[in-house]
Amino acid sequence: MLEHAGSGHSAGPLGMADIFAALYFNILNINPKDPEWADRDIFLLSNGHAIPVQYAAMAESGFFDVEELLTLRQYGSRLQGHPERERLPGLENTSGPLGSGLSQAAGYAYTLQYIDDIKHRFVYVMMGDGELNEGNIWEAAMFAGKNKLSQLIAFVDRNNIQIDGSTEDVMPLEDLKGKWESFGWHVIEIDGHNIESVIDATSQARAISNRPTVIIAHTIPGKGVDFMEYDFKWHGVPPNSDQAKEALEKLRTLDGKITHEGAGV
Amino acid sequence: MTYPLDPALFSDAMKMDPTRAGFGRGLKAAGEANEAVVALCADLTESTQMHLFRDAFPKRFVEMGIAEQNLVTVASGMARAGKIPFTSSYAAFSPGRNWEQIRTTVSLNNMPVKIVGSHAGIFTGKDGATHQMLEDIALMRVLPNMVVIAPGDAIEAEKATKAIAENGLPSYIRLAREKTPVFSLDESPFEIGKAYVLKEGTDVALMGTGTMTYQLLVAAKVLAENGINAEVVHVPTIKPLDEETILASAKKTGRVITAEEAQIAGGFGSAIAELLSDKLPMPVKRFGMQDRFGESGDPKDLFEAFGLTGEQIAASVKEWCETTHQYHQ
Repeated sequence: MLEHAGSGHSAGPLGMADIFAALYFNILNINPKDPEWADRDIFLLSNGHAIPVQYAAMAESGFFDVEELLTLRQYGSRLQGHPERERLPGLENTSGPLGSGLSQAAGYAYTLQYIDDIKHRFVYVMMGDGELNEGNIWEAAMFAGKNKLSQLIAFVDRNNIQIDGSTEDVMPLEDLKGKWESFGWHVIEIDGHNIESVIDATSQARAISNRPTVIIAHTIPGKGVDFMEYDFKWHGVPPNSDQAKEALEKLRTLDGKITHEGAGV
Repeated sequence: MTYPLDPALFSDAMKMDPTRAGFGRGLKAAGEANEAVVALCADLTESTQMHLFRDAFPKRFVEMGIAEQNLVTVASGMARAGKIPFTSSYAAFSPGRNWEQIRTTVSLNNMPVKIVGSHAGIFTGKDGATHQMLEDIALMRVLPNMVVIAPGDAIEAEKATKAIAENGLPSYIRLAREKTPVFSLDESPFEIGKAYVLKEGTDVALMGTGTMTYQLLVAAKVLAENGINAEVVHVPTIKPLDEETILASAKKTGRVITAEEAQIAGGFGSAIAELLSDKLPMPVKRFGMQDRFGESGDPKDLFEAFGLTGEQIAASVKEWCETTHQYHQ
């Protein structure tokens, strides 16, 4: 997709692939054939630049044909470089400028919990770790903590990179767990490449009834492609055609090795 | 149809009421009419008159604290969940501080979130330049999908609030802090996207938005005493503009004056000038803040200092008319 588009973000989406597989094939209660199904769970992407992995998960789970993935970032495509809700059924928000997704998720969760009294639907949101530099995130964190939004389940993709370097060099986030806890959140830390852990963490989060939950998912940027792994230079660039070929070969060596007994809709 | 003006206009019996009070009444009425209406406020609930809604519908009111970025983005999420959220703060903070969040999560996302900017314009008075929001019209009217309304008085603010609750679109409504003259009546018309001729005339068209329309009514009265028959057009909806009414009035008079309590760059006068430049080029003179900030002071003193009273506008228009010919096709 990215090679074909000639631009876009490589490292983050690869690092989040396992979480998105867990979300779209196990966790989210959604219907790809009826994207606006009234009883669905909500998933919002706050770090909109990571959208290629969501498009891939949506296509593979049946929201649209896999062939359409190659239209990413092309003129007229429903697959905009950053997600636009009105263009593609199944997207819940428009994002790209960082820091706003947690608030939108909190607004949805507040409506379910306090206005519509609907308890069986959950609102999930994905944030990047660099994105936590934004003040808007902490306004939302305070709001969700105050209101004990227990149907709100947030992920932080803790891959330790942002455009200018390592997150701890650019603007340190640690003690990240302590920060969220002090805002009134339940915090779970997991290996974001262990699909079972991802699924277990969300089960636990749904069972917590007096606080919002944040799942800090430790991931390896560029996971599965050795020359991209851990390297912040791959944050915002696509592979060229030789690199793409090599990357896909590396990823295909994993075929059949990633399993989860209970996975599947 | 002749626009019904309050007969008490210009008399000692003329009613005074802040547009924010009209908003407060309109929001409560909108809440009664539609259960989907919810309200969010950034720690200014009484000041923005949202307390009327809060007290009537506590379950549908959300206190956001002093966090304007979160204010509109939470509202965007609530709109996605099927609600019609009204968000209120001072215009200097919303849309002043959170413009990007409005652009992305409300305007581009096309969510029916209502941005209510109170204490806009120099009528904010003694709080000074930081709180006298003068750039909001320019900021909001450049956003696709956004409806922009500056009600002329408290009665119209109430009607406009009820109307945007049901328009299904991102909308901005601009309100004033201080009491301003009420020139309209309950039976006066208000429709989103409509401009109204308040007084017919042939020599020059005075087009105003928000609370400046009253100053133009005063100006027209003074001009009449000086032999100039001015038409007064009230334009509460800045976007979308009522092109038909505005162009008809411009065509008839051949000279156009605009007035707003905001920066003239990018504001209401600019919108009129853009329309006329595209469709009917003619002389236009814009009254408003001339690329400067306001300052502390009694609103009346500030209006005089910045040349925005009806009497001052009349004097300036008279002089302008003496040197500027009417344009006729």
